[in-house]
Amino acid sequence: MSTTIGRSVRPTSPTSPSAVGTGPPPEPGTSGVPDRAGPLPAGALRAVGRLLTAVATRTVALLALLLVWEMAPRLDLVDRVFLPPFSEVALAWWELLIGGQLWSHTSASLVRSGAGFGLAVLLAVPLGLLIGRYRPLADLLNPLLEVFRNTAALALLPVFVLLLGIGETSKISIVLFACTWPILLNTISAVRTVDPTLLRLARSMDLSPPALFRKVVLPASIPTIFTGIRLAGAVAILVLVAAEMVGARAGLGYLINSSQLNFAIPRMYAGIITISAIGLLVNHLLLTVERRLTAGRPDERG
Amino acid sequence: MTARIELRGVTKRFALRGRRPLRTRDARGRGPRPDHTVTALDTVDLTVADGEFLVVVGPSGCGKSTLLDLVGGLTTPTEGEILLNGAPVTGPGTDRGIVFQQYALLPWRTALGNIEFGLETTGLPRRERAARARDHLDLVGLTGFGDRHPHELSGGMKQRVAIARSLAAGPDVLLMDEPFAALDAQTREGLQEELLRIHRRTGRTIVFITHGIDEAVLLGDRVVVLTHRPGRIKEIVPVELDREGTDAASLRSDPEFTRLTHRIRELLHDEVALARAREREELAA
Repeated sequence: MSTTIGRSVRPTSPTSPSAVGTGPPPEPGTSGVPDRAGPLPAGALRAVGRLLTAVATRTVALLALLLVWEMAPRLDLVDRVFLPPFSEVALAWWELLIGGQLWSHTSASLVRSGAGFGLAVLLAVPLGLLIGRYRPLADLLNPLLEVFRNTAALALLPVFVLLLGIGETSKISIVLFACTWPILLNTISAVRTVDPTLLRLARSMDLSPPALFRKVVLPASIPTIFTGIRLAGAVAILVLVAAEMVGARAGLGYLINSSQLNFAIPRMYAGIITISAIGLLVNHLLLTVERRLTAGRPDERG
Repeated sequence: MTARIELRGVTKRFALRGRRPLRTRDARGRGPRPDHTVTALDTVDLTVADGEFLVVVGPSGCGKSTLLDLVGGLTTPTEGEILLNGAPVTGPGTDRGIVFQQYALLPWRTALGNIEFGLETTGLPRRERAARARDHLDLVGLTGFGDRHPHELSGGMKQRVAIARSLAAGPDVLLMDEPFAALDAQTREGLQEELLRIHRRTGRTIVFITHGIDEAVLLGDRVVVLTHRPGRIKEIVPVELDREGTDAASLRSDPEFTRLTHRIRELLHDEVALARAREREELAA
């Protein structure tokens, strides 16, 4: 607990509206936006300045990447056939969107990864709580867990295909498999690392084991469990895309792979962009849920 | 005054796992001999009167915390017995409240929620729990801070919440394990006065463990000085200071206060020297 001493409230993100007039003085270069001074109070003006700076800071690297992407093929720095300018990729993406293919591929991928991920959460969290709580079970299963978590899930893809075919079952199963480990291991370690003073307190109060679990162990574990869930979210997409490149007829992985084989290079990039957008979105979503769940406490993972 | 807590010939030994055997002397001073257990407490006899404020001091590793765990029912004695209100202690219970050095507050609960947590094993109805939690928040001087989470409170405030939580459950005995050790000097002095006030107001029996000699004399009705491993009672120093109507500052300048701290410092000095010598011996062995 000593690490939390002296911490004040959670720092508000730079884009948060609550930062109005409470933050430190503005950085040089953002305070003077005189053309829009008008009736706005100075605090609000400064907040707007900070917001603009924050947005600019966050997007400038991205914009630079897109600019390089656009210009490099046009200036013949790279082969235009293999890396078309970003505008062509955007156009291809738009056509896929209008044609409805983008949605059908995306929804196919989301259903698979969502199913595998959801099942992994339902399976791994209770299992992890159990293993973390009962040491004999942990001692028994630990060697097995070590073997599985050090085996790349994709190395097992052929096995899954052999056993479960090339249909949905094998794809959902491999996502389930890959997502299980980060959630399981984080849950186990969450339960194991509950502040021992809290356990001593609970024991001194003669709390019954179910009450101890519900009132102390579970709430104390949630932040670490959620870190595992967030890792699994990224893994779900990663593994699925690879799985879809083998024997699928729909999905973003299939779109990317088949576009490459058919030499529809802009479409291939459109698929890649969609995947990174989904990855970002999922991570953001899980982060939001995590913040909601752990509201009112400091970031304990330091 | 009736006896609230009685320790009769209490000995506590721990098994040493995966460590070199320590050389210890047995009760009659024979030895040193190799031993695979370490004796934390050795035949301790002690009676704590109802409403007494008893302070325990000793060099580190003398079994102070073990003593508290035993009374709290978190461990059982190897030999001897511990009586609480005349009945043997068999395990933890809400008749004893423990205050830990590291506060042990649930970070996801508010100050009030943490105090209520201490009441949830008592079977009180929810409405009554809330009312009692609020009363105890007021008692420790944190009125208006009930909705704060622990990370929004200072160390001193956190310890106040922990004290309130322990008191709210209505224990006969308050067990405090170096509760102010992690606080800065100013906050500590404030809390010491507060604790004396609470003790006067509630008449609760308190067993208080500390490293601080000043703290011991300031707070205790009696100060128990323990020896270095194995922990035995070296001496019990009665503190006869008139605390009514005087503040801590004038108590500290009382000649009797100086005499008592000097006495305890002398008693501890030998033990600390012994502890150092023994550590060197063990390192060399």
